[in-house]
Amino acid sequence: MATSTPASGTGGPHSGAPAGVSEEDSAGPPPSDRRGPSRSRPAWSTLLHRFDIKTAPYAFVAPFFVVFAAFSFYPLLYTSWISLHDVELATMDVMEWKGFGNYTELWQDEQFWNALLNTFTIGVISTVPQLLMALGLAHLLNYKLRGSAFFRVAALTPYATSVGAAALVFTMLFERDFGMINWALGHIGIDNVDWEGEKWPAQLAISSIVIWRWTGYNALLYLAAMQAIPRERYEAAAIDGASRWQQFTKVTIPGIRSTIVFTIVLSTIGATQLFGEPLIFGQGPNGISGGVDNQYQTLGLLLYEQGWRNYEMGRAATVAWAMFLLLVLIFVLQRLVRRLSTRTS
Amino acid sequence: MGRARKLFGRKAVAAASAAALALVAGCSGGDGGSNGKSKDGKTVVTMGLFGVMGIKETGLIERYMEENPDVRVEVEVAGDEQTYYTALQTRLAAGSGLKDIQGIEVARAKELVDTRADRFADLSDAGDTGHFLPWKLSQVTTGDGKIIGLGTDIGPMAVCYRKDMFEKAGLPTDREEVAKLWEGDWSQYVEVGKEFKSGFGDDGVAYMDAASGLFNAMIYGHSQQFYDKDGELIHQDNPVVKDAWNLAVEAAQDGLTAKLRQFQPGWDPGLANSSFATAVCPAWMLAHISEKAGPANKGKWDVAKAPKGANWGGSFLGVMENSPVKEEAKKLVAWLTAPEQQEHIFKEIGNFPSSEEALESDTVTGATSEYFGDAPIGEIFGAAAKEIPDEQVLGPKDGTIKDTFSQGLQLVEQGKSPEEAWNTTDERIRKAVD
Repeated sequence: MATSTPASGTGGPHSGAPAGVSEEDSAGPPPSDRRGPSRSRPAWSTLLHRFDIKTAPYAFVAPFFVVFAAFSFYPLLYTSWISLHDVELATMDVMEWKGFGNYTELWQDEQFWNALLNTFTIGVISTVPQLLMALGLAHLLNYKLRGSAFFRVAALTPYATSVGAAALVFTMLFERDFGMINWALGHIGIDNVDWEGEKWPAQLAISSIVIWRWTGYNALLYLAAMQAIPRERYEAAAIDGASRWQQFTKVTIPGIRSTIVFTIVLSTIGATQLFGEPLIFGQGPNGISGGVDNQYQTLGLLLYEQGWRNYEMGRAATVAWAMFLLLVLIFVLQRLVRRLSTRTS
Repeated sequence: MGRARKLFGRKAVAAASAAALALVAGCSGGDGGSNGKSKDGKTVVTMGLFGVMGIKETGLIERYMEENPDVRVEVEVAGDEQTYYTALQTRLAAGSGLKDIQGIEVARAKELVDTRADRFADLSDAGDTGHFLPWKLSQVTTGDGKIIGLGTDIGPMAVCYRKDMFEKAGLPTDREEVAKLWEGDWSQYVEVGKEFKSGFGDDGVAYMDAASGLFNAMIYGHSQQFYDKDGELIHQDNPVVKDAWNLAVEAAQDGLTAKLRQFQPGWDPGLANSSFATAVCPAWMLAHISEKAGPANKGKWDVAKAPKGANWGGSFLGVMENSPVKEEAKKLVAWLTAPEQQEHIFKEIGNFPSSEEALESDTVTGATSEYFGDAPIGEIFGAAAKEIPDEQVLGPKDGTIKDTFSQGLQLVEQGKSPEEAWNTTDERIRKAVD
């Protein structure tokens, strides 16, 4: 992307200082004061007012941060504490100090690397087509067409279904012996595919659940961004003789770049935490282990297996932290890449 | 994505975290579950069950509520036992979300006795417990004599087979003669499978549903499977396990299995669409087969004596110590597991009684199954129950290990070498147990 527009997010600072409140508020002289207006002590009401201005914002945002601290920040810290111990689910009060033992074990555990790789491959084959399809869909929805409202709602319906329901239906479709997909493939002369048992078919099937659920959602995000692009740019481009395709690549894409970045971030987080789809797709013990050969076990499933099948809470917490660090690492890398690319362009 | 800005000072953070701590402290309540009373003043007893235990399916709950008009019973059934047990463990750890009565599968009994006995009420004074099979009761009795559950059913085994398919394969169809085919040894059962395969000559139908079924049938004919009496893991060296593994592997590699996963999707359509001819069936599986194979296959299935008796599965009902309606729940469990009710469940759906009194009753010994071609299931399972080893050594991770072995056999069915599959299984078991 060798465009000369600065990347979003690095724009000028917002000057968000509240206007209209000067230091000396002309509230008239206090009635009890006969020595004229004093400048040494501001009036009580002024103090109150200033206090109000300074602290009210905190009061307004406090509820969120209190809840965040209780349900996100505290668990995060407690999880890290657990991950340094040997703890069983049945006896959470008995903690045996292990230091970084869980982390070194995880590092040497083939199953972890397998899960990491699976998470990555499923993430790629679900995210990339999903975002490309969403982009195309949004572009189509951006044209004036009859019943556009209907199509926009329709695009969002998969997102509104629960993971469980969607995954169950897909599991039945992908059933090996009597599933509809194999039945359809049979008509064009392809033998039954063991969707659950084999690695790539299983990962494809799981990705298809993710793609089905999230494409419409991302398409609507893109659509909202596209509609914010001023018409004049397209007109100017058209006058310059740009084709439809050129307009799309030279006007639309740069216009929604920040939204694209946002959806990539969102999808990356989602892909790293992928859990429900493979669990339900596998059913029962196979769901937890991500197939008999762990062929589609994601990090989320590995965490679940360690914690809720083997009751090893320490190891499960370690996997959780590994996932967290992984996400941090991805975003640090992403920032680095962006910084380098803006410097070179 | 904007610039990081200093959002708040240190004081605000301190205030927020203090508030958060207060919130967290306020969250450590007691046990959840029902508060024991409904709006209309009735006592509410909640139950959490799994699979087809026959309590909900045979109208017993309705009858109990008729006889006890001041009680309302609410039952929640999870299909898959693994999923059910995971949720149960999580709730036990959290101390909330538990029902008043929880079902316990025999493969989990030892773990609960060892680690969770304090969470269950003692049922030794819940009605008369003298009628149970002695070994059944001992499986849920702690060292100091506390009984954490009362037995519902046991799993004596037979082999369910399709008469129509046997006929097509040129094998006998009469249940006596079929039993003779594999009398005395499970390896005979596999030999018959080879005959079936060559005689039937259609790849769309397999001889048995899954290698894991055969494996389970074989190991549960012995008193020790995965653990010895001292609680040591012996799955690696126990000849019982090794023999069962080898035979199941042979069946898998000879293409005698439909490569299905029991109790999971795929197995049910397999029953409905007749993709296999036999299944090793503990008594409680009859209900499952008749339900999933459906009326279309009525009379095609039959039951023959298995090569060797064994006990695969069976369950208990436990009452939670912290239940607000503990006494009422105990009463209900005692009633549900009483001989008459066990007989009723057997007659209705085939779950075999764990009560000695019940299994000697005429209702049970004379029972036949209409769905399975009027097979004398009372006689067949009764005889099988007598062959169950008197002592069965359980271990804390029996259920998990059993599932892991099933997965190991699936690896073989998918074409992995048996050695590799065995090593993978062993490694997973060690991970799950230590």
